[in-house]
Amino acid sequence: MATPAVLQFRKSFLAPILSLIAVVLAAEIIDHSFNAYIQLIFLYICINIILALSLNLVNGFTGQFSIGHAGFMAVGAYTSAFLSTHPSLFGYEIRFLPASLDFFNYPIYALAGGLTAAAAGYVVGLPSLRLKGDYLAIVTLGFGEIIRVILLNTEAVGGARGLFGISSPADITIAGIEISAFAQSFFWAATAMVLTFIFLWRLINSSHGRGFLSVREDEIAAEAMGINTTNIKVLAFVLSSFFAGIAGSVFAHSTHYLNPSTFSFQKSVDVIIMVVLGGMGSLTGSIVAAIIVSVLPELILRPLQDYTHVDLRMVIYSLLLIIFMIMRPQGIFGTTEISFANLMKSFFHGRKDVIKNS
Amino acid sequence: MQEFVQHLINGISLGSIYALIALGYTMVYGILQLINFAHSEVYMVGAFAAYYTARVLGLDAKPGVLTFITVLVAAMAVCSILGVTIERLAYRPLRKAPKLNSLITAIGVSLLLQYSGQIIFGADPKVFPNILEDASLASFGDVNLRLFDVTILIVGIIFMIALHYLIHYTKTGKAMRAVSNNQVVASLMGINGDKVIAMTFVIGSSLAGVGAVLVGMKYPKIDPLMGMLIGLKAFTAAVLGGIGNLGGAVLGGVLMGVCEEFVVGYLSSTYRDAVAFAILIVILLFRPSGLLGRSQVEKV
Repeated sequence: MATPAVLQFRKSFLAPILSLIAVVLAAEIIDHSFNAYIQLIFLYICINIILALSLNLVNGFTGQFSIGHAGFMAVGAYTSAFLSTHPSLFGYEIRFLPASLDFFNYPIYALAGGLTAAAAGYVVGLPSLRLKGDYLAIVTLGFGEIIRVILLNTEAVGGARGLFGISSPADITIAGIEISAFAQSFFWAATAMVLTFIFLWRLINSSHGRGFLSVREDEIAAEAMGINTTNIKVLAFVLSSFFAGIAGSVFAHSTHYLNPSTFSFQKSVDVIIMVVLGGMGSLTGSIVAAIIVSVLPELILRPLQDYTHVDLRMVIYSLLLIIFMIMRPQGIFGTTEISFANLMKSFFHGRKDVIKNS
Repeated sequence: MQEFVQHLINGISLGSIYALIALGYTMVYGILQLINFAHSEVYMVGAFAAYYTARVLGLDAKPGVLTFITVLVAAMAVCSILGVTIERLAYRPLRKAPKLNSLITAIGVSLLLQYSGQIIFGADPKVFPNILEDASLASFGDVNLRLFDVTILIVGIIFMIALHYLIHYTKTGKAMRAVSNNQVVASLMGINGDKVIAMTFVIGSSLAGVGAVLVGMKYPKIDPLMGMLIGLKAFTAAVLGGIGNLGGAVLGGVLMGVCEEFVVGYLSSTYRDAVAFAILIVILLFRPSGLLGRSQVEKV
């Protein structure tokens, strides 16, 4: 018997509603159990997960190679920060909501940041994705540098001094319940993260998603199957930039200060490490790797640096990159997704056929 | 007008340095289809090799032609050893792997050299020793023809001619062209592909060493991150001329140098580094295979 339409509707909304509850709970728990330093790390984990997931769409699923992700993050961050520090622009009021509803301004800023970054992604991606080979790598690298130079030279966003005084949610009390600033920030960061994941997960498992994979596996064969490979690549690139912009916006409002040097090539490399480490073509792998890369420096590398007085972080990262490429190029998880069903399967059968998308 | 000529001279001098480094990129790309990101770090190590050679031998006290040649040879030797080591340890295990893996490895090697360079050499900039006394050779009005610019141009041309001879008139060169055309068929003809590729790295890296000494001479400030930007520009020059094409690399390098000097001279020096990438994007839009297009590509 076919499932009634109403029930289908409810089923497809079950995961989002459950995640919303989880996000609210997590925000409250983290808010009450950790100090400000660890809270900030939690925010960074959310940001890094969004960045890694979005870059995986281009580098992992579509088989292209972008090394300028920080550039798109910068576009989103600066757009969002600029909007929040300029209540009026060219004489027009752009503060959309009254002060009491300031909380809801942040997704609007994030959306604006994401859309600007997506536009930048379209402009950069269209010419370079038509070409075969490694040109995309070098163009995205160049783009990242251009963005940085432009930001350094633009006085309206602070130039080399950076942009100060970016707003973030304030403590509010609703119906006698006090909601701290961090809980609100984390709520939006985690919501953005969950939405990114759900969006990309559903995209990859749709027929469009098969398009991405087919471009990765064999571009000529994909073209022969009637897939417009340029369109697919540009779409992947624009979506990836969009989410990078959102991550940038979240970043801007959690640090309250932006500086062009934050978005250097190093930042892009950080994200690439997450994608390579987790496995190019595994969303859940990216999440695990993003958590590792965010926590590892705080847990191990900082004490090591205090002990040896040299900054070994990038040396270790680059060694990891080389060793992984030579010994285990598919990353920790390859193209396998971690899921409850897969875990059960491998637990009971010990079989290798749990690998998806390969 | 005089200003224009002065910028042109500076541009050509800068351009021949770009050309030398671009040759290394284009040679490796021609033979392995790999953007050798580590090339810019080989160049950086070359500059430090020259620095330490001059300091240890006490040559910075007596600048002259002999000093210049000693330092040049030392830098070239260190660079070729480093280049071959990188090829052997990082690229050769990945010869049969997908291209993307080699590219990521190349970036990894580049970062590794940059950051270990910061630990070994120190992150602060060092002053390159004075290995040749600069002098004004001739001046026409405000236009000044300096010894450094002439030296850079002459040294650049000598090495480019030597490379041309090597590629086209020697057995090694013939083997390199054969491997670049088709490695499998070349190996059937008794050519050892691995040896030829190692040779390519030796030649490309020693040219980077030459470039490093010339840059150190003209802009006497070196630091472990100096390679990144100039490497990107040299790569852009190679793409501009048509990657895999030796003549194209030289043409692209000189064009880049001249464009950059004009932007600095007539617009603003803060946009100096953005020029290269703007040129790259425009070129990719209108002529993806570079100025000396694919039809006459002479792959090495």
